[in-house]
Amino acid sequence: MSANHDDHHDAPDGHGRALRLGIGGPVGSGKTALTAALCRSLGPSLRLGVVTNDIYTTEDADFLRRAGVIDPDRILAVQTGCCPHTAIRDDIAANIDAVETLEERFGPLDLVIVESGGDNLTATFSRGLADRQIFVLDVSGGDKVPRKGGPGVTSADLLVVNKTDLAPMVGADLTVMSRDAAAVREGKPVLFTSIREDKGAHSVAEWVSGLVESWRHQHSHSHLS
Amino acid sequence: MDVTATEAPALTGAASGMPPTTDLTGQPGPADLTGLTGLSGLLLLADSRLPAGGHAHSGGAEEACRTGAISGPEDLARFLRGRLATAGRVAAALAWSACAAAHVPKFPDTEVPDIRAADSGDPTSTGPAGAADAADKWRLLDAEADARIASPAQRLASRTQGRLLVRTAKRIWPSRALEELARDVPDGAHHPIALGVAARAAGCTPAQAAMAAAYTSVTGAATAAVRLLGLDPVTVHRVLADLPYDSVIAEQHDWSALPAHAAPALDLLAEQHLRTEVRLFVS
Repeated sequence: MSANHDDHHDAPDGHGRALRLGIGGPVGSGKTALTAALCRSLGPSLRLGVVTNDIYTTEDADFLRRAGVIDPDRILAVQTGCCPHTAIRDDIAANIDAVETLEERFGPLDLVIVESGGDNLTATFSRGLADRQIFVLDVSGGDKVPRKGGPGVTSADLLVVNKTDLAPMVGADLTVMSRDAAAVREGKPVLFTSIREDKGAHSVAEWVSGLVESWRHQHSHSHLS
Repeated sequence: MDVTATEAPALTGAASGMPPTTDLTGQPGPADLTGLTGLSGLLLLADSRLPAGGHAHSGGAEEACRTGAISGPEDLARFLRGRLATAGRVAAALAWSACAAAHVPKFPDTEVPDIRAADSGDPTSTGPAGAADAADKWRLLDAEADARIASPAQRLASRTQGRLLVRTAKRIWPSRALEELARDVPDGAHHPIALGVAARAAGCTPAQAAMAAAYTSVTGAATAAVRLLGLDPVTVHRVLADLPYDSVIAEQHDWSALPAHAAPALDLLAEQHLRTEVRLFVS
């Protein structure tokens, strides 16, 4: 048998594939709402795919399908066996499989969003799965959360603080959150949103557009592997 | 201070008055380390931390917990014994066969069993001896696995885990055998076959591949029960330690004579699981 089969590398070197954007954060902070908002804002200009990591059943995937912001076939749901952080950090095989399935079926794509299951402040995406990641908090968790830090808050490429419309009701001081976040994140960006009021999360969408643009610029010209 | 001068004697034991012996066991001569061959590969493959998607499969345990069939360590032990004796035994035999048939270039060609050398001339035989073409061997063995898994839900779960394992193993142990398997069964070989070929790529023997298959046929279900029911993890590990893994492992030569132990309860649990709305595990 000949050994001159394709020398196929699965290493995530980024060439010839979509940008993979992880969206993580605690339960109820608005990850699915943000994913829907990004689909709404970016869908007209970018070729999208979405992978959800539902804790139970296909709740998040169903929400996105019902929202009608993206072709339902372009949403794949991954089950995580009680451990949402394992599926995005320690054993990313099922998520990589879902991302590559979307790229094979609908590719080329510009952006694949991987939404994690709701978890705690220590959850972050493996670099083997997500090229960039957004961590989503909401003001009702308390304005101390950014100060408490944790890998998600401190190291995510973008921190989104959602539900700003609730701040007066829960006594959250956005100035404090902004100051603390800036301190623990060493200058990495923070955006405040109220996705209930801004259905397209336009400031976040603009940030993501910039990412996709530079990703395309960096990875479309050569094929190193 | 000269750190090297003060620490060097301590390393040899001279500073503490110990004799500078190299044999602390008192055994004469060097230890026999031949038993270590392939073990590192086996440990990596059997480790639940292997990033190949196994953590999200419960092997029917989630549905069994939901329906009350598993409610404590005694139920779990019975469930695992049954799983090992049926699905585990078949998986071990398939993994053995796959490992034995895998061609890994780093072994000299003369040591690799040539599946065409002993061609019986019977084109309908599905044993390795009858495999007319090397490219067919993985499809044939995969078909043997397919025929032994009655439940479509279990077949799907097995192929999904196999596909993910091949993807992962290809990066950990790059080898021609894994590339061939991925090429010849593009939708994902059944998990025991992927495990057997990955084991060969990792330097394991067929017996070690079979042990990995037998062991992983119960560990995922055991872990799932710990997570779902809050069972004492030490008690569950005692259950795992008492299982008769060796008893389900046997040397395999003829693919058409591979064991075909069925577990209708596991088939039903797998089918019910797919129809359950709220579920945490893939299978």
